[in-house]
Amino acid sequence: MDKRPERPASNLQGARLPKWTPWAVAVGSVAAGLGISAAAGLESSIQWALIAALLFVLVSYGLGVKVEGGRQAKDRFATSLVWVAFLLAVIPLASVIWETISRGVKVLDFYFLSHSMGVVADSEVGGGINHAIIGTLEQVGLATVMAVPVGVLTAVYLVEYGRGKLAQTVTFFVDVMTGIPSIVAGLFILAIMLQLQLEPFGFAGSLALAILMMPVVVRSTEEMLKLVPNELREASLALGIPKWRTIIKVVLPTSIGGITTGVMLAVARIAGETAPVLLLVWGSPFINNNPFEGAQASLPLYIYQQYAQSAGNAAAYDRAWAAALVLIIIVMILNLAARGIARWKAPKTGR
Amino acid sequence: MAKRIDVSGLTAYYSAHKAIEDISMTVEPRSVTAFIGPSGCGKSTFLRTLNRMHEVTPGGRVEGKVLLDDEDLYGHGVDPVAVRRTIGMVFQRPNPFPTMSIFDNVAAGLKLNGSYKKSELSDVVEKSLKGANLWNEVKDRLNKPGSGLSGGQQQRLCIARAIAVEPQVLLMDEPCSALDPISTLAIEDLIGELKERFTIVIVTHNMQQAARVSDRTAFFNLSAVGQPGRLIEIDDTERIFSNPSVQATEDYISGRFG
Repeated sequence: MDKRPERPASNLQGARLPKWTPWAVAVGSVAAGLGISAAAGLESSIQWALIAALLFVLVSYGLGVKVEGGRQAKDRFATSLVWVAFLLAVIPLASVIWETISRGVKVLDFYFLSHSMGVVADSEVGGGINHAIIGTLEQVGLATVMAVPVGVLTAVYLVEYGRGKLAQTVTFFVDVMTGIPSIVAGLFILAIMLQLQLEPFGFAGSLALAILMMPVVVRSTEEMLKLVPNELREASLALGIPKWRTIIKVVLPTSIGGITTGVMLAVARIAGETAPVLLLVWGSPFINNNPFEGAQASLPLYIYQQYAQSAGNAAAYDRAWAAALVLIIIVMILNLAARGIARWKAPKTGR
Repeated sequence: MAKRIDVSGLTAYYSAHKAIEDISMTVEPRSVTAFIGPSGCGKSTFLRTLNRMHEVTPGGRVEGKVLLDDEDLYGHGVDPVAVRRTIGMVFQRPNPFPTMSIFDNVAAGLKLNGSYKKSELSDVVEKSLKGANLWNEVKDRLNKPGSGLSGGQQQRLCIARAIAVEPQVLLMDEPCSALDPISTLAIEDLIGELKERFTIVIVTHNMQQAARVSDRTAFFNLSAVGQPGRLIEIDDTERIFSNPSVQATEDYISGRFG
């Protein structure tokens, strides 16, 4: 595979490897990796993949040094590292999607989405996740209704008004809150509930989820508000528009796309939280439409319970996978909705 | 309708740093006054004190008096928002509101102040756009976004927006410095028409523009870097450019420094 370098007369041009070199080296590395692990009797696919990756990086670099010279060789080395890192990042994602879809579609149908586990024991076939879907939507919805106004207004204060000690203190505490583990937020609300001797109910879960959601909303809204150019605020103030109106009618509409994206990301985060729901809402096999009274189910809790409490029952596993698929789909729909809203509301540049 | 401005002993600070010191001058109604001077001499800072925009910058504060037809803008109990409704401003870079259409941009000053009747809005918008010489170019696309116009058109849109609220005075902070020569000419012609209705104060880096456009010119300068800016001379434009009284003015006009 060594190429005899041509020595051109000009000293502006150096020798170059052909464009298909990276592909050839990749194929060669994979083949060599498989060959070596077959010969050595290694069974794990990770091992041949690692061998192939190592070979790819080293051979690319070696060829580069031999033919092209130091700088191009370093470029090839860096490029090949970037490709390997990209594959390392993408493979788990693709694997998760593939596994969830292939296992989840087994029991996913309209009956599954519209019925609960009320009449079916965990070890039996049948049943559905309607109660879990309702629970998740209600708990997440109430948390959003509580966290978003508080978060957005806090961000408005920090960016538009806050100058002194209070702003610094608020920023500090918001930063601390972004790191609160979800179970700690659950315990906090649980302590209050026990003090007041309350039974579990859906809204308590919403409170814990709101605590988790709020700092994310504050942070992302803050960044979006800072992106609004100051000259827009000045233009509005110079027209004699009061500051609060400037914020509501000029600053917030200009940044609404980004704020929506931030809110949707926060929603996606809390939609999958299990610990606070486990502590505060307890789960239930029945459909409960009232989040203010009585235990409710939620999708992540349902998945956990089906998996952990069914002692390896195949029907329960199938239901758990299907619920996982539904949860991913719900989050994806929210994400796409956020992108759609952001694009619709973005400052237009049509002519 | 246009009013006169009397400034006496105006000093402006950014926190502890004194930006301009002890400025006194008179601006006649329905005239165009140009502020010229080297970079950093405080012309824009002074302009912003005239409509109380200086205090929007954190740490900005002002001492002295600015009288609008005998009413002190910095007097006790004066509402800065009301001042800014009376004295409008056009900025260096055109800044139409990106989420609003052309119609909404021009109407913004009225709509966002809450005091308007829907039926009057279209009349006001048409009148302002005609006043800014933009009506013919945009009358068919009033609902399109304001950011879709060229630079010169956007600046005229900002001027239309500013005059829609019928201010007494129009302040312009280097309105043409981001524009091409054709658009600059259009705006200079516009200033010539607008001075029939408004008192206009324009800050400009371009001395020839000051000579073309203004009735009176004021020259600002610093004594040294870090020192506050001062008003060196204010006079009729013809006299400033042909026979100024102060040597520093003469030096600046003839390009010995700048």
